[in-house]
Amino acid sequence: MNLLSDVLDFFLTAQSWTGDDGLLIRTVDHLALSLFATMVAVALALPPAVWLGHRRRGAFLAVALVNVGRAVPSFGIVALALPISLRLGLGLGFWPTFVALVALAMPPVFTNTYSGIREVDPAIVEAAAGMGMTDVQVLRTTELPLATPVIWTAVRVSTVQVIATATLGAVIGWGGLGRYLIDGFAQGNDVWVLAGGIMVAALALLADAAFTVAERWVLPRGLSSRDRSEVETVAV
Amino acid sequence: MNNLPKLSAVPPRSAMPDAMIRLEHVSKTFPGSAAPAVRDLSLEVPEGEIVVLVGPSGCGKTTTLKMINRIIEPTAGDIWVAGVNAIATEPHVLRRQIGYVIQQTGLFPHRTVAQNVATVPRLLGWDRPSIDDRVVELIELVGLEPEMADRYPAELSGGQQQRVGVARALAADPPVLLMDEPFGAVDPIIRARLQVELLGLQAQVRKTIVFVTHDIDEAIQLGDQVAILNVGGVLEQIGTPEDLLREPANEFVAEFLGTDRGLKRLSLIPVHALDLDPGPVVAPGASKQESLVVAERYEVDWVAVESGGELLGWLYLAELENGRVPAADLRPFRTRLAATATLKEALNAIVTSRAKAAAVFDDDRYLGMLTADRISDEITQ
Repeated sequence: MNLLSDVLDFFLTAQSWTGDDGLLIRTVDHLALSLFATMVAVALALPPAVWLGHRRRGAFLAVALVNVGRAVPSFGIVALALPISLRLGLGLGFWPTFVALVALAMPPVFTNTYSGIREVDPAIVEAAAGMGMTDVQVLRTTELPLATPVIWTAVRVSTVQVIATATLGAVIGWGGLGRYLIDGFAQGNDVWVLAGGIMVAALALLADAAFTVAERWVLPRGLSSRDRSEVETVAV
Repeated sequence: MNNLPKLSAVPPRSAMPDAMIRLEHVSKTFPGSAAPAVRDLSLEVPEGEIVVLVGPSGCGKTTTLKMINRIIEPTAGDIWVAGVNAIATEPHVLRRQIGYVIQQTGLFPHRTVAQNVATVPRLLGWDRPSIDDRVVELIELVGLEPEMADRYPAELSGGQQQRVGVARALAADPPVLLMDEPFGAVDPIIRARLQVELLGLQAQVRKTIVFVTHDIDEAIQLGDQVAILNVGGVLEQIGTPEDLLREPANEFVAEFLGTDRGLKRLSLIPVHALDLDPGPVVAPGASKQESLVVAERYEVDWVAVESGGELLGWLYLAELENGRVPAADLRPFRTRLAATATLKEALNAIVTSRAKAAAVFDDDRYLGMLTADRISDEITQ
């Protein structure tokens, strides 16, 4: 009981939010790194996935990437990226965390985009080509819009995962909300641990909600609600 | 433009100048398959006609169709569409001049009916007002309500979707239409209606149509010519439905046409194609003797009563007693056959009538009498 009211006190104290190590700046840092990493992951994974899906090739790669995504722990990537980052003079903290998060987000985005494009009804693709669309027109006007629900879901799931995983950065000296967890554990401060956990969870849920709200504008109209809700994702 | 036909692309004038589509020794062998799907197929489709490709599964009918717009690339042979060498033309350029309708409709689910129909005009770069006008025109042409223009395909019935598919194929007014089992996925009642509508539509637009089906009845109903293909893309026979039914070239064709070939022929011949005999007809007031002579000539035991081009009814000779033929209290002809009816419908009327004859009318005017014998004579001659 005491712990909960202490946590509440922590959130209600102005000093907890301000300053260089306050909640506000750590939340902003956390969110900024997460969104940046997700965006870079999408930028890297989307084009090859779209093209391979369109060509209906590379199923092996898609499956392999999911498995790698499932098998390799993010912490392992952080550990791997750390010495490289140090050698390159990029320092502790930000860059190794960033690399780990990009690596975390890429497989689900790649795989879902690939299968989303590949699984567009072949009759529709044939009709589009049969009408006289060029290859690029088929991709742009037909395959991409019809795969949007699947791609959108993948980006959403990746973002949530990245926000949750970005706490890892604190282990190697980066800021963000992970600091409360790491420092809390180190100093036996349960209030920090719990407060940090609550903030990360809230951020992830908010991001998820934001994606759901944005769906209305992002997804093409005309796709029945069935098409939308049955969107499956292979994200871990 | 790199899609202009080369000099060699001009078809030899000696070959049927009317052929809108011509396949010359076309073959297709799919990778990894030993036997060709289509073997050395030559075929001509005259301008403005419907040619139906029909045959069992594996006969290469769909493959043949898809080679015309190069969804499938032929392994060998030449294909000419509207005088242009299809093989030497960029596929997307070729396809914009060929309407394409497929069984699963292939409508774009994320686009409205109007946007679907506008697909090819937009690809061709028409201006906005022309596209809008054309869309309205086509939606009406295929018998859809104007307010459907803003709906999405998922909000339409199967039959309506297929109409949109046809409208989309016709949008840029292509000379050629390819239809791949377009009515295969709709229920029989809607299918029958769509078939009739297609013929009505064709009477207006006069496109050159290649139509693929596995349904021989559909082929007979729709085709100006029917091409019967056998497994491996072998053309067994091509001809008008009547020619095929009258003289199937071989055992395979005969079997594919079915054991009710004679009946199928009947469904192709309209009643007015026959010289109608007036039948055993007498005027009111005719004597019993007169009636007996007329009835005997037709070997029946009844006479019909006609007055001034109007058929009043009929009666058995036995009902005549000793008097004269009356003008009232006659048995009615229940089935009044229109001159535009088919012989199949006529035969149905005959076998279900007690007089074993069907009276044929042009509106109210009596044209003559048809019997089963007369029909049999017609198709065995």
